[in-house]
Amino acid sequence: MVTLDHYVMLSALLFATGTIGVFLRRSVITMLLSIEVMLNAVNLAFVAFGRSIGSADGQVMMFFVVTVAAAEAAVGLALVIALFRHRETLNPDMFTSLKW
Amino acid sequence: MGTELLLFYLFGAVALGASLLVVLGRNPMHSVLMLIVSFAALAGLYITLDSPFAAVIQIIIYAGAIMVLFLFVVMLLNAHKEDALVAAGAPMGAKPLYAGAGLAVVLAAELVWALVRAPQGSGGPMSGGASPDAAALESVRGLGQLLFTDYGFAFEVTSILIIVAMVGAVVLAKREL
Amino acid sequence: MIPLYVAQFGIILAVFGLLLVSAAIMVYSERKVAAIIQQRYGPYLVGPKGMLQPIADVIKLIFKETLRPKGADRALFMLAPLISATAAFTAFAVVPFGAETDLFGLIDHKISLQVADLNVALLVLFAITSVSVYGIVLAGWSSNSKYSLLGALRSASQMISYELSYGLSLASVLVVANSLSLTEVVNAQSGNWFGFIPRWFVFLQPVGFFIFMVAGVAETNRAPFDFPEAEQELVAGYHTEYSSTPFMMFFLAEYINMVTAAAVATDLFLGGWHGPWLPEYLGWMWFLAKIAAILFFYIWMRWTLPRLRYDQLMTFGWKVLLPLAALNLIVTAAGVIYFGN
Repeated sequence: MVTLDHYVMLSALLFATGTIGVFLRRSVITMLLSIEVMLNAVNLAFVAFGRSIGSADGQVMMFFVVTVAAAEAAVGLALVIALFRHRETLNPDMFTSLKW
Repeated sequence: MGTELLLFYLFGAVALGASLLVVLGRNPMHSVLMLIVSFAALAGLYITLDSPFAAVIQIIIYAGAIMVLFLFVVMLLNAHKEDALVAAGAPMGAKPLYAGAGLAVVLAAELVWALVRAPQGSGGPMSGGASPDAAALESVRGLGQLLFTDYGFAFEVTSILIIVAMVGAVVLAKREL
Repeated sequence: MIPLYVAQFGIILAVFGLLLVSAAIMVYSERKVAAIIQQRYGPYLVGPKGMLQPIADVIKLIFKETLRPKGADRALFMLAPLISATAAFTAFAVVPFGAETDLFGLIDHKISLQVADLNVALLVLFAITSVSVYGIVLAGWSSNSKYSLLGALRSASQMISYELSYGLSLASVLVVANSLSLTEVVNAQSGNWFGFIPRWFVFLQPVGFFIFMVAGVAETNRAPFDFPEAEQELVAGYHTEYSSTPFMMFFLAEYINMVTAAAVATDLFLGGWHGPWLPEYLGWMWFLAKIAAILFFYIWMRWTLPRLRYDQLMTFGWKVLLPLAALNLIVTAAGVIYFGN
C-alpha cells in the first residue's frame, strides 16, 4: 500500500539531489537544471498533499509553481547568454569580481 | 494493491536515478536529456496520484517548452564537457562545496527519519482510489473553478509575471539595446 | 465471448497496422496526385498503375547502408528518429475513429474504437505534439553538420511557434463542446439542423478550422511551410545525414503526423464518424472518407503554393495567426455565454 509518506520521502530525496547539484557543479546551466529538479520535488509534495486531503488545491499550486519556474528559466537562461558573451565561460567562479 | 506499489517504485526509481544523472553528468546535453526523463517519470507519478491534469501540464510546459529552451541555449553556447566535477579553482577551495553537499544529504536523512517516526495516522492509502473525492481531483472543470475563483488574484499576477519575464528575457539576450 | 482485453489488444494492433498502411498509401498518392497536377504520369511501372511503388521504396530504403557521420554523438543520433516515430504513433492513441460497438455481441462490453479513452484527451494530444519537437532538435544537433543544425533549429522554432495557435484553436473547440474528451467532442456533433445541415463544428467555428488547418500544416513541416526541408537552401534540413532505416523513420513520422493531424481535424471540426445514409457501426467509413479529403487537400497545397520564406513564416505565425486565434477564442467564449448552448 502506498501511503503519503512514500511520496514525501521521494520528494525529500529529489530535493536533496537538486541541492547537491547546486552546490557541487561549476557550470551555470547545470546549476539551473538542479534548481529545476528541486522545484519538481516541491511540485510532487504539493500534489501528494493535495491528493491526501482530497481537494484539487495541490494541482493548482503545482500549476503556479510550474508557471513561475518557466518564467525563471527564461530569464535565467537569458542572463546566462549575456554572461557568456562577456567571459566565454560558464563557470560561476569566474564572475566573482564586480569589474568587467 | 501490488500494482500501485510497483508503479510507485518504478516511477520513483526512474525519477531519482535520472535526477542523480542530471546532477552528476559531465556533458550538459546529457544532463538536459536526463532531466526530461525525470519529468516523464514524475508525470507518471502524478497519474498514480489521480491528477491527470498535473501530469499533462508537466509534459506540456516543463518537458515540452522549458526543456526545449534549455536545449537551445546548450546548443547555442556549445557547452563542452566539464573536466572535473568540482573545479578546484573555486575562490575558497572545494571544501565548503563538499560541506554544503554533505548538509543536503543530512537534510534528506533527517526528513526520512522524521517521517518514519511520525504517528501512523498520517497516511491512508494514497493511490488505491480510496479517496472520497477522486472525482473532484480528476475533474478539470473543478480545477478550473478553483483556479478562477479562489485563486483568481494569483492567476492574474502570474500572467503579469510571464509578460515581465518575456520582456526581460528578450532585453537581456540582445546584443545591443 | 471475446474478453475485453483481447478486443482492446486487437484495436491496438489494428490501429498500428492501419497507420503503417496509410503511410504507404500516402506515399503513393502523393506522387500520383503530384504527377496529375504537373501533367505527367506518376509511378506506373511497379505493379498495376504503379500501386506497388511504396513497397519498392521501402525495400530500397532498407537495403541501403546506414551511415553515421564521424563526429556524431552515437546515442543521440540513433535515438532521434525513434523519438520522432514514437511520438507520431502515440498521438493517434487517443483519437477515436468509430462509434461504440460490440461487434454484434461478440465482445463482452461495448468498446469505443480508440486505443485509450481518456477524459483529458485533447491535452494529451497537445503534449505529444510538444514532444515531437525533440526528435528534430536532437537529429539536427547530433548530426554534427551545419545544414542539419540550421534546419533543425528553424524547424523547431517553427513548430513551437505554430503550436500556440494550434492550442488556442483546440481551446475554442473545447469551449463549444464543453469537454476535453475527444469522444464527447465527436458526439456533440451528431444530428442535423433543419434536417440536412450536419451539426459539425466547422460551421460554428470556421475561423477555428482555418487556423487549425494552417497550424497543422506548419506543425508537420509541409509546404508551404516546409522551409526547414527545402532542397534548394538546406540540402535536406535535419535529416541530411541520415540514410536507410533512420531516414525511413523520419519519413514515416512525417506522414503519420499528417494522418494524425487530419484525423484530429476530422474529429474536432468535421463530425468524426457521423454521416448520412450509413448505420452507426459503419461510421468509420465516413471517418476514412473525411481523412482522405483532408489529406488530398494537404497534397494539393504542397504542389500548388510556393514556399514561404522563413521570416515570412514566423511573421505570419506570430503576428497574424496567433492574434486571430486569440480573438477567435474570445468571440467563441462570448458566443457561448450569450447563446447559452
